Amino acid sequence: MNRETRVNLLLLVLLLAVPFVADALGQTFTVTLVTRIAILALAAVGLNIALGLGGLVSFGHAAFFGIGGYAAGILASHAMSGEPMLFGFEGSAQMPVIWIVAMLAAGLVSLAIGVISLRTSGVYFIMITLAFAQMVYYFAISWPAYGGEDGLSITLRNGFPGLNTMRPTEFFLVCFGVLAVALVLSALLSASRFGAALQAARQNEVRLASIGIAPMPIRLTAFVLSAMITAVAGALYADLNRFVSPSMLSWHMSGELIVLVILGGTGRLMGPVAGAALFVLLEFWLGGITERWQFFLGLILLVTVLFARGGVIGLFAGKERHG
Amino acid sequence: MTLALVIEQVLNGVQLGVMLFLMAAGLTLIFGVMGLINLAHGSLYMVGAFACASVAALTGSFWLGLVASLAAAAAAGALIEITVIRRLYQRDHLDQVLATFALILIFSEGTRWLFGSFPLYLDIPPLLQGAVGLPGGAQYPLYRLAIILAGALVAFGLYALISRTRLGMRIRAGESDREMIAALGVDIRTLYTLVFALGAALAGLAGAMVGALQSVQVGMGEPVLILAFVVIVIGGIGSIKGALIGALLVGSVDTLGRFLLPQLLALVVPPDQAGLIGGALASMLIYILMAIILAVKPRGLFPAQA
Amino acid sequence: MAEPVLEIRDLHKRFGALKATDGVSLDLRPGEIHALIGPNGAGKSTLIHQICGTLRQDSGAIRLAGQEIGALSVAERARLGLGRTFQISSLIGAFSALRNVMLAVQAGAGSSFRFFRPVMRDRGLRDQAMARLERVGLAARAHVPASDLSHGEKRQLEIAIALALDAKAFLLDEPMAGMGPEGSKVLTGFLDSLRHEAPILLVEHDMDAVFALADRISVLVYGRVIATGTVEEIRRDPTVRTAYLGDHV
Repeated sequence: MNRETRVNLLLLVLLLAVPFVADALGQTFTVTLVTRIAILALAAVGLNIALGLGGLVSFGHAAFFGIGGYAAGILASHAMSGEPMLFGFEGSAQMPVIWIVAMLAAGLVSLAIGVISLRTSGVYFIMITLAFAQMVYYFAISWPAYGGEDGLSITLRNGFPGLNTMRPTEFFLVCFGVLAVALVLSALLSASRFGAALQAARQNEVRLASIGIAPMPIRLTAFVLSAMITAVAGALYADLNRFVSPSMLSWHMSGELIVLVILGGTGRLMGPVAGAALFVLLEFWLGGITERWQFFLGLILLVTVLFARGGVIGLFAGKERHG
Repeated sequence: MTLALVIEQVLNGVQLGVMLFLMAAGLTLIFGVMGLINLAHGSLYMVGAFACASVAALTGSFWLGLVASLAAAAAAGALIEITVIRRLYQRDHLDQVLATFALILIFSEGTRWLFGSFPLYLDIPPLLQGAVGLPGGAQYPLYRLAIILAGALVAFGLYALISRTRLGMRIRAGESDREMIAALGVDIRTLYTLVFALGAALAGLAGAMVGALQSVQVGMGEPVLILAFVVIVIGGIGSIKGALIGALLVGSVDTLGRFLLPQLLALVVPPDQAGLIGGALASMLIYILMAIILAVKPRGLFPAQA
Repeated sequence: MAEPVLEIRDLHKRFGALKATDGVSLDLRPGEIHALIGPNGAGKSTLIHQICGTLRQDSGAIRLAGQEIGALSVAERARLGLGRTFQISSLIGAFSALRNVMLAVQAGAGSSFRFFRPVMRDRGLRDQAMARLERVGLAARAHVPASDLSHGEKRQLEIAIALALDAKAFLLDEPMAGMGPEGSKVLTGFLDSLRHEAPILLVEHDMDAVFALADRISVLVYGRVIATGTVEEIRRDPTVRTAYLGDHV
């Protein structure tokens, strides 16, 4: 077992153990905090597929995060009111159904955004993904049916078969389970034929084309998969807060998601988890010290970008290894 | 729908376009010359607005405020160029995005620290209060006309600066060949700082002028920044001409879309529905415009020479 | 005469006033090495870009094994069997030599849309890639990241990748560039044996290698082929001597 694998396992064990210890000690808030870490880590695992493996700097992943959130909110509100929605669908308060809808919706939107924005690259791609996410944001604000600017409350946290999701530790388990599945998928993906082609597209697109693999379909697939995973995280995030609002779609959110991936270490399997943990704890710690925590968060981030590249995983697990 | 109303909306569109041009010109200049994507450009817009509002409140003069906004934004721009941005020119776009994102957090929270969370208000100067009669009988605010005029002057000045002066020549040289200009003995670091400060001053000017139309508050720069991104993506990154045409296009499509779409839809669906759908559609219109333009020309309308 | 594998007919490309490719016609016949030579700025790079599809010609035809490929994408041409190497080595730097070749085998084998099976445990891919590395004499360096290989090894790896595509025609862009005399000699011997797998269109500045290897030579000057013929014919051709070879021969 190499050093990175050991660091990864340690992180996962910690993540899984802390909430139960905290719960036993009556620290419910800590359980919520770790749940938040797991959910943001999941969103970042999604983004990492596009950004880390594919080198696609999407500044619009908040759109998919928010779409997931709204899927949870809208389906739950229809299930609650009994009022049928599109195609006579009655809504649902079951997480697995919500996740599927979230993935479908985000998949379709990311397909449309991807087809247009992947024709470009570099700085164009960054700005265009940002602009399209902003379009979704303004749409959510100006469409009053589901709360508009005020957002939408989820009265009762959506359920998962066999678990009581209103209990913090059980909801945490759901989130951790999904995160674990996503991590396994992400590990398989990066080692697979598809992953090889995707990483090659990042490093040398001309080479990839000259051996007969067109980069565009590879990138588009990665972009869509990435969006779908981030959408599930969005649905869980809405369930955690029992509230969804346009702020989940805002460009600050997109920026934060990128920060999570970079803090942890771009393209590393557990980078998103380390990044999310660091970010949430930093936010919590700074928030406890000063009201102006965003100012200091900005400073820390700035110093990290300027002087410490490679992220947290790089710090503890050394340089990336290649097969 | 009267003629006067249409003229008014068209002028509003042009006025928005002019504002966007001031933002987009700086962004596109900075990208064209230094290859940098600057998310914190919206913060400089905010700095300009706050400087203008506080100096105007202190001295009672909008004009002193306007001067202060230019000075403050240029100074803030030069400061961050020297301390932060300079280290980013050789980095990839991802690092630039992250570092300038961090700058936004610092600027926004710092401004809140200095000025509190309540918005400031800036009055239109007495000279520009009142309205002008339009053909068709309606009145149009003099101040908005002044903004259009100011924007046109800046656009012309910028054009003259870049095509006629020594500094402009160096800027154009820097765009096409960094090594060449360094070899010619031009101090490239100073040139970059100057260009960055110039872009910042334009953003600050835009912030100050808009400050008198809406409230001056933290976060005011970000929606404008994203619109400016749309503008330069449409116009072609690095092209001033593209920024001007893109800005006018985005300004008019956005304004006229919000005005016309609900009315057009009212012809086919019930009026309350038309307002809803029209409003939501109008808010997406410029992004749809961007998508269509990119589908045809992926590098924008006026792609800068590679 | 056998049907040409790669056939270029009356190709034109201009950049503004500059005619970079001005009515070029070329054949690559089975089993031959056809060298393309010409002074710098003659339009060799532009021609190669058009053959492999990174540039689109203004007019004219490019056929591979009888099929018109002039309107296809780079990737489509590669899949039809156009194997190229790059003037400046263009490898996936972070991948090992083996993974670089495996990627090419994977491309040739069809689907890159397989998401679960770890590629390094794919025996089929591995074995085929390894065979190519052995063929170019790079097997011992299979697990070294491509970016850490020596210049000569990168050249060998480029060729192993082209081999992995099971190409119908090779397009080798200055394979000798930057090689020492010893390396050039080894590579020359290797290319000599490669022609039996598929014909080679060889763009090369190293005249020793060209004269040693080529069955035929075409001389490109100002975007036009001024002469095509055997080594002897080209050596003797007066227009070539004045236009290009000059005092070289």
